[in-house]
Amino acid sequence: MISRRDFLAASGALIVSFSIEDRPAAAQVFGGPATGSPPPNQLDSWIAIGADGGVTAFSGKEELGQGISVAQAQLVAEELCVSFQRVRLIYCDTALTPDQAHTSGSQSHPTNFNHGNLAQAGATAREALLRLGSERLGIPVDQLVAAEGFIRAASDSSKKVGYGDLIGSRKFNLTLDPKAKRKDPREWTVLGKPVPQPDLPAIVTGQFEYVHNVRVPGMLHGRVVRPPTVGATVADVDESSVASMPGVVKVVVKKNFIGVVAEKPWQALQAAGKLKVTWTPAPPLPKQSGFANHLRTQPARDTFLVNSNDVDAKLAGAASVLKATYFHPYQMHGSFGSSCAVASVVDDKATLWSATQAVWYQKSSCAMVLGLKPENVHVIFKRGSGCYGLNAADTVTYDAALLSQAVGKPVRVQLTRKDEMAWGENYGNAFLMDERAGVDAQGNIVAWDHESWSPGLGNRPGIGAPGNVITGTLIGFRPAAFNPRSPAPAPTAFNNNSNGVPSYLAGRFGGANKGTGTIASERVLVHNVVSPFFTGPLRSPSRLQNTFAHESFMDELAARVKADPVEYRLRHLGHVRLRAAVEQAAKAANWDARPSPRAGNPRTGAARGRGIACVAYEGDNGYAAMVVEAEVDQSTGKVSVKRIVVSTDCGPISNPDGLRNQMEGGALQGMSRCLGEEVTWDDEKITSIDWRTYHSLPLGFNVPKVETVLINRPDEEATGAGETSITLAAAAIGNAIFDATGARVRQSPFTPERVRAALAERT
Amino acid sequence: MSAITLKVNGRTHNLDLDPATPLLYALSDDLALRGPKFGCGLAQCGSCTVIINGTAVRSCVRPVSSVVGAEIVTLEGLGTIDKPHPIQKAFIDEQAAQCGFCVNGIIMTAKAFLDKNPKATEAEIQQAMSGVLCRCFTHVRMLAAIKRYAKGIKA
Repeated sequence: MISRRDFLAASGALIVSFSIEDRPAAAQVFGGPATGSPPPNQLDSWIAIGADGGVTAFSGKEELGQGISVAQAQLVAEELCVSFQRVRLIYCDTALTPDQAHTSGSQSHPTNFNHGNLAQAGATAREALLRLGSERLGIPVDQLVAAEGFIRAASDSSKKVGYGDLIGSRKFNLTLDPKAKRKDPREWTVLGKPVPQPDLPAIVTGQFEYVHNVRVPGMLHGRVVRPPTVGATVADVDESSVASMPGVVKVVVKKNFIGVVAEKPWQALQAAGKLKVTWTPAPPLPKQSGFANHLRTQPARDTFLVNSNDVDAKLAGAASVLKATYFHPYQMHGSFGSSCAVASVVDDKATLWSATQAVWYQKSSCAMVLGLKPENVHVIFKRGSGCYGLNAADTVTYDAALLSQAVGKPVRVQLTRKDEMAWGENYGNAFLMDERAGVDAQGNIVAWDHESWSPGLGNRPGIGAPGNVITGTLIGFRPAAFNPRSPAPAPTAFNNNSNGVPSYLAGRFGGANKGTGTIASERVLVHNVVSPFFTGPLRSPSRLQNTFAHESFMDELAARVKADPVEYRLRHLGHVRLRAAVEQAAKAANWDARPSPRAGNPRTGAARGRGIACVAYEGDNGYAAMVVEAEVDQSTGKVSVKRIVVSTDCGPISNPDGLRNQMEGGALQGMSRCLGEEVTWDDEKITSIDWRTYHSLPLGFNVPKVETVLINRPDEEATGAGETSITLAAAAIGNAIFDATGARVRQSPFTPERVRAALAERT
Repeated sequence: MSAITLKVNGRTHNLDLDPATPLLYALSDDLALRGPKFGCGLAQCGSCTVIINGTAVRSCVRPVSSVVGAEIVTLEGLGTIDKPHPIQKAFIDEQAAQCGFCVNGIIMTAKAFLDKNPKATEAEIQQAMSGVLCRCFTHVRMLAAIKRYAKGIKA
């Protein structure tokens, strides 16, 4: 087996040129079974310096298209005082990189850019180099500077020594120093500047290697045969039905998992289509038309997020009480390319090329799938089609691993579009949300009550739960256990990770306001129930759905008391950063301050309006606001968004262009989700199975102008930034529809039918 | 299986394939090209688009038997990392990608359309792009890149 150190030595020559394209070839050559990830408290686990002074950095946070690889390389270049081009970043290989769990939850930026991990490794390495330089040059550390890969005398730039001469190809043998000083963002020269995506030239010329392009010598091709209906089980498989087909190598059956392996992918696809399988159907699915009320009747696990125990009394004494119910559908990741993986399982060892967002959990859970020791499973992350949470990347990795194990050769599996959409990914959860609030005689909110019902099944596989995704369940593992609990215990600490608590609530615990708002009479009760479909963390999970309800309802309250929606929000917000996000978005949009709906708008034909929404993402992981200008065709119910202005405060900004790219994409993805995207089903199966039945806005729709407002906070901690703008789109657009027409659409997506129905209900 | 001759990016390839095999499979699996990609296999997303005799074609549903002798151009056939085609350069200049998986379909569809319709209006470009998807929703930058390329043709 070749060690990580050998890998570094061998790759030294490559360090001078930054190219992620170098990585797969190297990783494949040295890709033996993992012996375990390098320890995260050791500097050598994160940073290596080659003989030529080039820097190789190792991270457990991967590039998915969100731009974090660029920002991480900037971070290392900044802390080590080298140019961006001198840093080569390797991420998410279970044999090479520190275990940082999964890349998700807007956590990469806070995890690696504040006071630990990659950031602290960079600072520790710089200080170590300064000490080594001091010894070599005979000059005290406080009279030295690090610059452009050299340690040199502050007063005499001719007295210098290069990093390669100081440490090149040798270990630091240091633990991360929590006191090593991070650079002040005000002194940044690499971070804080827009840096182009290094992978892009390869991507646009068709040279980039996605997981779909991985080819291993002797590789065969597999296809899976999923159940035709939800919960159906295998009664019989007639292997002879495909035995004579060209190229067929093997039919693999393991409980309810079925796959076909062939020499070529087209042959595997043909055989999978012809294989005769008899299935035993499961009980019918709950009706989609009555699904919202179905959720209210299910056994639930109840949780209070906040409860001041005075909400009913305050509501009883309020001048006016408003109630509304919102519904958000299941939605898909709907990855553009159907998921793919390559596995080589030979004897008791496995190598997996996977686009999973969690290589270490794939390693441990796939070991269970294969009956191997985790240390014998090596997972190499390879980029796939954009994921946004939990598409079929994990389940297709199990598919490939199972088929490879059955034939003893490497196998590549790519799902069909239908398999991806109906039997591959874990959907974003549906949500039913009741909102209730009381206002006093001055129109101020005196109490707020929120209650939600959300169905879940499975999740990320985690350390030991392969049954959290479909392939694991098909071979007999169980999804994470569901334990009903009612009534909910009293909450003991403030946690707004799900944004279940509206931004306007005080979140009062231990005599202090932990929330971002001012409303002290508060109750948020969450009911988790069992879903008929697999669910998982689709971009802004729960946060998007809750924010849709909270920010729509806040608009309804403002309209009830005839207040301007921006002023009304600010009136109930105590948090300076969230307030600033609202104010800056409103200012950039030249916000038309007045109550909604807009007076004098026509009741027929086209009507225009504007809406706003804001969020403190996960309570404290990014602050954002969005203003939308939209036009509603009141005869057809069609909504056209004309302009989106979105502000974001994510602490010190690492890469302004990367941040803008995320804000723009999030805004439009959120717009697509709330205007057309909805998982559908009949009595027995999912019916949204392709791009005709699941409606994603195409490139050529009338794309609105998207303007971004970046709020740089050099003195604050880095927060997440990839999920804020998407969180706001549904509410901001719904509020613009209301402003234009006076009609409130409380069910997403805002299809023309639903908009017409809301228009018809206007008084 | 049959002997099938394909002309791809100016080179001739003699392959042994089921004539019903979709062109995409031949390009991806037999010729190991990375530009055209499998997105849906249903001609709904644009991921597999190639240009055949000047027209954008969805290679996931086009049997190889129907393109024998045709001039097939893939994303790789436009330009290289060192010398990108003007439309590829426009995407780099606008930083017009996130995951990048859809880029093939966007570039090949836009190029085929604009080369035939160099004076297309913005509305006509949008219409031409109405059948391709980007799920990261990098729409703003991609449309800017397409317009940048269109401007270059006109100039």
